[in-house]
Amino acid sequence: MRQHYGVVIIGLMAVLLATTVLSLATGPSPLPAAKALRILLSSLPGLDGLAPEASASQRAIVLDIRLPRLILALLVGAALGVAGAVMQGFFQNPMAAPSILGVSAGATLGATAVIILGLNFWVWGLSSVVVAAFGGALVVSGAVYILSRRGGRTPVTLLLLTGIAIGSLCSAVSSFILFRGQQGDLDLVIFWMMGSLANRGWPEVGMVAPYALVGSVIVYVYSRDLNALLLGDEQAYHLGIPVERVKLILLVLASLLAAAAVAVTGIIGFVGLVVPHLIRLMVGPDHRILLPLCFLAGGIVLGLSDMVANLAGEIPIGIITSLLGAPFFLYLLHRRREYEF
Amino acid sequence: MSEESILAARQVVCGYDERDVLHGVTLAVTRGEFVGLIGPNGSGKSTLLRALTGVLPLRSGEVFLEEQSLSRYRRRQIAQRIAVVPQLSGSIFPFTVRDYVMMGRTPYLGRLQGQRPTDVKVARQAMELTSTIHLADRPITDLSGGELQRTTIARAVAQDTSILLLDEPTAFLDINHQHEIFELLSRFNTQRGMTILCVSHDLNLAAQYCPRLVVLKDGVVYADGLGSQIISEHMVREVYGAPVQVDEGPAGKPRVSLLPGEMITSEEGHR
Repeated sequence: MRQHYGVVIIGLMAVLLATTVLSLATGPSPLPAAKALRILLSSLPGLDGLAPEASASQRAIVLDIRLPRLILALLVGAALGVAGAVMQGFFQNPMAAPSILGVSAGATLGATAVIILGLNFWVWGLSSVVVAAFGGALVVSGAVYILSRRGGRTPVTLLLLTGIAIGSLCSAVSSFILFRGQQGDLDLVIFWMMGSLANRGWPEVGMVAPYALVGSVIVYVYSRDLNALLLGDEQAYHLGIPVERVKLILLVLASLLAAAAVAVTGIIGFVGLVVPHLIRLMVGPDHRILLPLCFLAGGIVLGLSDMVANLAGEIPIGIITSLLGAPFFLYLLHRRREYEF
Repeated sequence: MSEESILAARQVVCGYDERDVLHGVTLAVTRGEFVGLIGPNGSGKSTLLRALTGVLPLRSGEVFLEEQSLSRYRRRQIAQRIAVVPQLSGSIFPFTVRDYVMMGRTPYLGRLQGQRPTDVKVARQAMELTSTIHLADRPITDLSGGELQRTTIARAVAQDTSILLLDEPTAFLDINHQHEIFELLSRFNTQRGMTILCVSHDLNLAAQYCPRLVVLKDGVVYADGLGSQIISEHMVREVYGAPVQVDEGPAGKPRVSLLPGEMITSEEGHR
């Protein structure tokens, strides 16, 4: 296994580079890839003479529109990939995803409420929808955790079922609010639930970046704990892991990562599920290598998906990720002889 | 607790939810002992192991590790002293045997610390001792039951503890692999001075390998002493409710044989 870690890392780096260049070059007004790359590099100090022929509008398209959107896609994808890997380790189940904790349901409830009730405000350049979705995700996943405590412990099955119950409850409330809403607002909510990176910029990058970067680094510190948790709570205990404390920390981190991601983009399915799966197939279950690669690959998958979404006439990215992710996931499931990951 | 005990329980009461499983268990294990813990299903054997390792909170009573209250230890410190081999181990995640055994070093490594040459050496020795070194690159998901159990014992050995607790380590193994595991434990006990407490359902295996036997019944210690004194037709009938004949086996240890056709249907024996 270990020998090809390097190959996988180099491969992913190459794909990341290609994704970057392609994303910056493609869009409603396409540019040659080399030119887009030169415009990008010319924004770095000391390289400002690199793209003298680029017009001001071309520079603006690449640096002010496509670059923040690309970075946002990479960060959101990275956050979802890492959050998914954490949830799968946490639940000792390769089928787990951040949505189990009610993150998506909570975010949807927050966003729906704000849109339908017509609450429009801005916080640090972020719309009320982002703020409400983030808040909703955190409140709901917190509630799921608190309701799953039992005698100082948080049994994973209880957490799972509580997540399902609270998720349904949130969906019901969201549906009711939607049902009372006006036609135009309904469209907004539906579009939000399909996920999109269109018209997002630096403020959204600024919001997601701290969570995606700092959160992922802290998660990485707990790699060995996550490995032990894959053997089950009791065995992790016997290996000296303070299981309950570690689980709480990981749960908070996974919720923050997923909540920040979903808040700015809306619901994006399958990235948190498929990316850790795929990487695990390539490098095995050791989180010390799995987590960094999920960060990288999650970003790449979302970057590429957003490019497809953009090229296909701004269709919601959630449609792309599920459309590509679900069949791929089915393929992964069927290609294994036994139920093992 | 007059003699110097390495692991002891004093009047331990604990259980799950509203139900107590152990109703005041007192037991002291001396350094270097090999103790077999026997008793019928539901008598509290696994629960006692959980209590002794601090996994299950006590309702009352106390557990002592190296003569200090277990509650004064951190998780990590306990894991540096007690290793546990569960009934069913492994994972559906395909760690290699090497990585799995290396997890035994977790209690010695800081969160950001890489594995040191000592860790690699200890893990390697553990695999050699348990004859799992040839499996090192295989995923644990591909192993047979016997191989997996040996690998888990290797992980426990890599934990480099003075105490080894096992919960029916041979429950899912055939007779040959059962003996292999108990031979291994016997060697750890005599050659490495490991203190071993092993839950077993197999009275013959327990009598053959464990010099001392502790019998649990209904959450209390029913009997505690030398294997040859503990195993008797009367005890098995009283504790398990099973009609048996006990004679002397070829190794001079008690041998338990079921008597066919005779069933005791009283509620006393079973619970």
